[in-house]
Amino acid sequence: MVLWGSNAREAHPIFFHHVLKAIRRGAKLVVVDPRRTASAAWADTWLSVKIGADIALANAMAHTLIAEGLYDKAFVEAACEGFEALKAHLAGYSPEAMAPVCGVDAETIRQVARRYAQADRAMICWTLGITEHHNAVDNVLSLINLGLLTGHVGRWGSGLNPLRGQNNVQGGGDMGALPHKLPGFQDVEDPVVRARYEALWGASIPAKKGMTLTEMFEAMGVGALKGLYVLGENPAQSEADGGHAQARLKKLDFMVVQDIVFTKTAEMADVVLPARAAWCESEGTVTNSERRVQRVRRALTGPEGARDDLEILGALAARLGHPLGPLTAEALWDEMRTHSPMHHGMSYARLEAEGGLQWPCPDDAHPGTPFLHGRLWERPLRSPRARLSITHDAPPVEALTPEYPWRLTTGRRLDAYNTGVQTGPLRSPLWRETTVDMHPDDAAGAGFADRTPVTVRSRRGAVVAPVRYDPSLPRGVVFMTFHDPDAVDTNTLTIDVTDPRSGTAEFKAAAVAIAALSHSDAAE
Amino acid sequence: MRLEDAPPRRRITLTVDDREVTVAEGSTLLDALKQLAVDTPTLCWAENLTPVNVCRVCVVELEGARTLVPSCSRKAEAGMKIRTDSERVRTSRRTVLELLASTVDTSAAASLQAFSARYGADPQRYGAQGAPHGPRDAARPGHHAVTSGAEAEGVAQPVKVDNDLYVRDYAKCILCFKCVEACGTDAQATFAIAVAGRGFEARISTEFDVALPESACVYCGNCVGVCPTGALMFTQEHSLRAEGQWRPEAQHETDTVCPYCGVGCVLRLHVQDDTIVKVSSPVESTVTHGNLCVKGRFGFGHVVKLRRNKREAVG
Repeated sequence: MVLWGSNAREAHPIFFHHVLKAIRRGAKLVVVDPRRTASAAWADTWLSVKIGADIALANAMAHTLIAEGLYDKAFVEAACEGFEALKAHLAGYSPEAMAPVCGVDAETIRQVARRYAQADRAMICWTLGITEHHNAVDNVLSLINLGLLTGHVGRWGSGLNPLRGQNNVQGGGDMGALPHKLPGFQDVEDPVVRARYEALWGASIPAKKGMTLTEMFEAMGVGALKGLYVLGENPAQSEADGGHAQARLKKLDFMVVQDIVFTKTAEMADVVLPARAAWCESEGTVTNSERRVQRVRRALTGPEGARDDLEILGALAARLGHPLGPLTAEALWDEMRTHSPMHHGMSYARLEAEGGLQWPCPDDAHPGTPFLHGRLWERPLRSPRARLSITHDAPPVEALTPEYPWRLTTGRRLDAYNTGVQTGPLRSPLWRETTVDMHPDDAAGAGFADRTPVTVRSRRGAVVAPVRYDPSLPRGVVFMTFHDPDAVDTNTLTIDVTDPRSGTAEFKAAAVAIAALSHSDAAE
Repeated sequence: MRLEDAPPRRRITLTVDDREVTVAEGSTLLDALKQLAVDTPTLCWAENLTPVNVCRVCVVELEGARTLVPSCSRKAEAGMKIRTDSERVRTSRRTVLELLASTVDTSAAASLQAFSARYGADPQRYGAQGAPHGPRDAARPGHHAVTSGAEAEGVAQPVKVDNDLYVRDYAKCILCFKCVEACGTDAQATFAIAVAGRGFEARISTEFDVALPESACVYCGNCVGVCPTGALMFTQEHSLRAEGQWRPEAQHETDTVCPYCGVGCVLRLHVQDDTIVKVSSPVESTVTHGNLCVKGRFGFGHVVKLRRNKREAVG
């Protein structure tokens, strides 16, 4: 098991229980993370990769797999494409050449590559340490290369798994809450698909894909997007380069916020629609990281005046001249699964009786699908080959300079969640104020005693917080959380340069300066 | 291991109370009893924990064996002849329950009370429960004071309230070891608690008896989830009980999914008066196996009744 850019022990604790069970049964854990996290503490091998050098490391591993003949030749020949081009490309990615780039010595890179290749079953799981970079997609593709080269895909106990960070981020995408997809990942620009939904809904669907969140913010910046309807998100505090994001939100002519609590974003809204909490005041489903659709149920009435999301959207549709009639979660779900092949077999009755089902589940008798891509093992292959990708090492966009010499990275802690909207009331004994975590030698060298308040400044903004000595950090790296933005708005510092394909910002790598607190800062 | 990858298991047949039952090799006697719907008392056993067979209330009589055997951990063997309700079994179970109840405050241990009623346990026959000899956390191994024998020695000690999430009342602890297992190798692997002391002075403790906030505890609450006697109790339940407002008959349970990370843990919400008063997770969930983390277990403050227009209202 390889955990790459993931601190699952804190961010996905119950998933990590399953990992711990495997460790007790003899599984080996490799953790790739700049920080020696609580997850890394359980690893046989911890690779302290330099921030943003994941491709250098992954490509050096792939180089080793090919150079030492460890890759699964039969699988690659039968089910993959692009091997010769990849092989030629990786010639320049020897472990010796990449060791100084990624910060992991060549022999360790080789050993991990060998163990991964020779394992009977092996899995790579990653989270935002991979995807919150300007080259997020290439990061992921370089990990996929490793899985394809070794044949650790499409089989029980193997695979490539992004651990989803939010309870229904998978389900949102599945349902078509993406700018280019209709439910079940059907392409919105496919006229056949579109025609089917237009007939179903009695309305026309835009023929071109919409904007990603990042593109929307850019459009707000240039005044091309003037109205915004925010459901259950707090972008005023969750976006990278928070000051810039708030300035863009302020330029809007009109903003509606629909949420269960009065967030910072709601404070900026023209209209606030109080909603019931989807997870305990409404009926419906969510989909977890393993593509398991599970029921959420209403246990509480919800506050007076707050309405179900469905009810609000239904009322809005009626006001817009398109009455939808009475809406129930189950009826909508049944409509959705009638037209989304991968959800066909998932009735509420089955979801309840079987403890959830994993898509694809195409019919009522189908048991659901515990793992994907088994098709790659069909011989002869009856479906497209899996593509090996050419990826180039590319350091973080914001280079360290004498003026901004520290590498800031961000992440979660066990007892808090994102901008703290939901975990704020949790009276956790583990709660700590937001600190500027630094290696003790770095901090002492810079003249900061433990708990000294400092100003952290990036090209975008500044925050004040106390230094915390943390020997689990590599030298040169500063770690901060973003859970208490009302006190310390860490995302003021982060950079909103994004991967052009995924639209995700490089939260994980900014360049900052750190200085003792001056009197003017203290007065702010 | 996936079912179809697992080696096929032999089926073996044994006799329970003159009835034949066939189970897969490797099953415990308790598995066989469950298959026959023989209601068997357990205190230290839980579906999601490794059996430690310390409480001895699940013992059964095995023909040919010198002693009674704990059904929770004894593996079924072909041809075994088991008695689950013989006089010997009943006496043994009754005695165990009497010894426990004579020593421990069982007022919040609903299952133990039910078993005691079933077996006619009379803990009073050991005399009234006496006061302990000084603070139990200070007891040293081998320093147990000899008592008069006129009263039953107790394990009373003050309730430990050292955080806002759960309370430890070890006067109610029967040393079933479940919390240690849940905190340790069976689920959480945090190892914040263990058995300290020996013999009668044995008790569950943090390292050097430090308060929880100074211990390794990460407040997952999985120890509370498995406690059979109410020795470990969520603060909210503890407070409601103290006010006489804990009304299980007025509660309903609803299963839903945790609102936090993408693991999708099933939460069982225990609701009284339209307010969440406790959160657990069903042991049969393939995602959680009954375990949760601090956010899923305690992170529902944003939907408490006070939640309204201002975040400050719930702070």
